[in-house]
Amino acid sequence: MTLTAADVKKIAHLARLNMSEDDIAFYTPQLSNILHFVEQMNQCDTSHIDPVANPLDLSQRTRPDKVTEPNQREAFQKIAPEVQAGLYLVPKVIEDEA
Amino acid sequence: MKTVAELSRDLASKKISSVELTKHYLDRIKKFDKTLNAFITVTEDQALENAKKADEKRAKSAAGPLTGIPLAQKDIFCTLGVKTTCGSKILDNFISPYDATTVQKFNDAGLVLLGKTNMDEFAMGSSNENSFYGPVKNPWDLERVPGGSSGGSAATVAAGLAPAATGTDTGGSIRQPAALCGITGLKPTYGRVSRYGMIAFASSLDQGGLMTRSAEDAALLLNVMAGFDEKDSTSVDKPVPDYTKKLNNSIKGLRIGLPSEFFNQGLDADVAKVVQAAIKEYEKLGASVHEIHLPNTKLSIPAYYVIAPAECSSNLARFDGVRYGYRCKNPQDLEDLYKRSRSEGFGAEVKRRIMIGTYALSAGYYDAYYLQAQKVRGLIRQDFSKAFEKVDVILGPTSPTTAFKIGEKTADPISMYLSDIYTIAVNLAGLPGMSIPCGFAKNLPVGLQLIGNLFSEEQLLTAAHNYQKVTDWHTKQPEGF
Repeated sequence: MTLTAADVKKIAHLARLNMSEDDIAFYTPQLSNILHFVEQMNQCDTSHIDPVANPLDLSQRTRPDKVTEPNQREAFQKIAPEVQAGLYLVPKVIEDEA
Repeated sequence: MKTVAELSRDLASKKISSVELTKHYLDRIKKFDKTLNAFITVTEDQALENAKKADEKRAKSAAGPLTGIPLAQKDIFCTLGVKTTCGSKILDNFISPYDATTVQKFNDAGLVLLGKTNMDEFAMGSSNENSFYGPVKNPWDLERVPGGSSGGSAATVAAGLAPAATGTDTGGSIRQPAALCGITGLKPTYGRVSRYGMIAFASSLDQGGLMTRSAEDAALLLNVMAGFDEKDSTSVDKPVPDYTKKLNNSIKGLRIGLPSEFFNQGLDADVAKVVQAAIKEYEKLGASVHEIHLPNTKLSIPAYYVIAPAECSSNLARFDGVRYGYRCKNPQDLEDLYKRSRSEGFGAEVKRRIMIGTYALSAGYYDAYYLQAQKVRGLIRQDFSKAFEKVDVILGPTSPTTAFKIGEKTADPISMYLSDIYTIAVNLAGLPGMSIPCGFAKNLPVGLQLIGNLFSEEQLLTAAHNYQKVTDWHTKQPEGF
């Protein structure tokens, strides 16, 4: 797959990455090359093979729904960029009504 | 330079105290790390305090075999109260509020944390050039890379700045730097070592392990590191043997497989010669050698560069500038906060992989990329299962070349990816693997890779230890350190 600048712009948005026009020009051929490279795997017939998600074929373990962790809100919020009254602060998402 | 096993005996016989030993290594870090750049953080005060505690324990006869042994941790393992960066700007201000299980286990066993080692950002790289903290130098040749992503740990052990270090291996990140720096590296079976608190890159491939001066040291430390952890949902609940117990067992009759795909035109001729000589050594020890085939080896890198980026794009979505880590200045709105924090915080290779992964998982492309890669993963695993019907251990080179020059492969990501051609399939199949020093090509260390069946760490360590008993490659040291 050869990606266009518009494709890369869209992927960057999906991945929440900011990309200048220069960045797009830098990454577009690199990402296309990587995709061409990985497409080698289409050479082989895998119609008879089950996909492998876990190398040991184990599924995720479940556990009883019991509280095991103590509340460490203060310790966790000490390393946050911005908090107030126990809440994480981010720029306003919903505008005030006019 | 002494091994962990030797230091453990010296501590037990009171020939040296942990405080003396810790000071010795801290001094070496001060003296040589300006040259190597192997550490991101040195925990001097905490180390001396813990060494003192270790000596007190020993005085009260309450010490274990490794109490007081200094250790360096790769900066991917969360350490309570200590900066944990994963080699990234986005975590440059991250003081971990908890210990990784691996860190906890080594603390409980009385080992003394010297500091956190440099690495490729989020363990993505094979040269340690992708670190926000700058490249690490290879102690054997300062113009060359130490390998990656556990390059800081490899250089640390090779130069004797710590007797041992931890590493992690997603596609070769323990074995390849071990090979390039002339030390012993062990990547255990997927699920053998807890991933709790080990910052996630590709969750179905990541596995913590060890970088040491000998197979015996790897066994001693794996005794501490291995085991079930209920905090890691992919941890395997299986008894942990004493990995030192069978080290001296004979390997007479061991069936060794040589995959023809590991000795093809991509392999440097000088590296091939050294590896062939190591195989002869194994024959002298009584092992039998058999040619085997892993026909889908060449598809391992393509499959890996879909699966690993896909999992990374999902794992790294958590870095959003809200709860911890880097936040951009003056965000205009929430989307601007996410986008600029991530763009300013991540380096180029991490961004490439996030974008490849995002694309491979996006609507309309999932089957063609991710599902196909998972099926190729099945094929690769099948190759290994067939091989292990005929042989006990697979041998070959760890890396197609010795350490390359800093800057040599940075312009072409794919040429960098290809340096992991012999290691990546092992992660896709979840198998344990080791790299041990087996000689030099043009004065640079060469690594011999040993691959075992699932949970056969004991057998791998025995095979490696037997080789190290009759050779001295693992005792060689770079000049000037």
